Amino acid sequence: MSKIAITSEGPGLDDLVDPRFGRAAGFVIVDLENMNTSYIDNGRSQALSQGAGIQAAQLVARAGVDCVLSGFVGPKAFQALSAVKIKVVQNLDPGMTVRQAVEKFKRGTVQFAEGPNRGPGR
Amino acid sequence: MIVSIASGKGGTGKTTVAASLTRVWKRPLVAVDLDVEAPNLHLFLRPVIEESGPAWIEIPVVDESRCTFCQACSELCQFKAINVLGSVVLTFPEMCHGCGGCIAICPERAISPGKRELGEISRGRAGSTEFLMGRLKIGEAMSPPLMRQVKSRLKDMICASGRDAIIDAPPGVSCPAVNAVMDSDVIVLVTEPTPFGFHDFKLAWEAFAPFGKPMGVVINRAGIGNREVYSFCAEKEIPLLAEAPYERAVAEAYARGRIIADLSPEFRNIFVSLYAKIFELAAGTLLMEAPHA
Ligand code: SF4
Ligand code: SF4
Repeated sequence: MSKIAITSEGPGLDDLVDPRFGRAAGFVIVDLENMNTSYIDNGRSQALSQGAGIQAAQLVARAGVDCVLSGFVGPKAFQALSAVKIKVVQNLDPGMTVRQAVEKFKRGTVQFAEGPNRGPGR
Repeated sequence: MIVSIASGKGGTGKTTVAASLTRVWKRPLVAVDLDVEAPNLHLFLRPVIEESGPAWIEIPVVDESRCTFCQACSELCQFKAINVLGSVVLTFPEMCHGCGGCIAICPERAISPGKRELGEISRGRAGSTEFLMGRLKIGEAMSPPLMRQVKSRLKDMICASGRDAIIDAPPGVSCPAVNAVMDSDVIVLVTEPTPFGFHDFKLAWEAFAPFGKPMGVVINRAGIGNREVYSFCAEKEIPLLAEAPYERAVAEAYARGRIIADLSPEFRNIFVSLYAKIFELAAGTLLMEAPHA
């Protein structure tokens, strides 16, 4: 596993994790091999009346990540991510920074989700 | 002439008004229930259903062997019902509005139309009145495409017979409600003179006014609540077409699926006069009466 995406309130490792997936402010993409980061703004998804989760899944899929770390992932987003074999880690604690989430991931103390943890809707 | 009976919220007696108006309508008429999520006009009119069949929506079916994953379909669809992720095309049929856009735009002709059942359209007759109704399947969210199909059936019926139409529109001011009143000649807003009723009435008026259609108000359960609706109508010059008083007999009749206009000659007259005023409103000859405060 080399690249992961974390839903984030801002562009850097010290920004807070955004618990939402589809309506997240953006995604911090971390290359685990060299810890290089980049940021994808999710503003367009936030403006959509439906399908924000799908749009977000498209964005992270295009970034070539293997795993998404977030708080809540809805059923359509989950289906979209599964379709391109992107793994999902959900239920990240609110108040965690992106860096803490990445460290947790690297320690291997996370669980890959079997299914969405949120009902349909936003 | 097409008349829409609308209201800012449910439970104002919109269907009762539509049913009563149907009863007193003198010209040949089609009564249409466009409240496809919860149709109930038939409970009052009790039509004999002559024909009933499923309504379909056209959804995209992708042949991935022809697809080059160019994303044209995915870029086009504003509903995110067709999506390209890498080399996977993912469709969400329940989110598709059946516009056919993706099918038309695909440069590889990789998308063909499939179908999904939305609900049911029924046609029948209540006395001399023709009856038309759409009913969405339980749990189905896609009401505009079904309403479009009901409306196109209505158009055929009107063209063939020259009948007038009364549309029982969905309550509220969202897309389905606006969609229902959009191509009518007159909009009748039903409200009750309570603070909640007034609040939703105002929203409905604001949503429909931009269409510039003749619009009037029927106040149901007159006598309860306050005068807010009356002063608002006076200020905005919205004609008050009828008032149906609040009486126990009305509530009982409603509960038993009876039509108010059938209750007594007095009630019938309210709707006979409403009928006349709707034609005056459409012709622009209706005199504004000062609301009796
Ligand atoms: S437009 Fe056609 S070819 Fe392009 S991605 Fe969609 S289905 Fe494939
Ligand atoms: S038919 Fe229209 S709404 Fe349905 S997927 Fe294609 S573009 Fe989207």
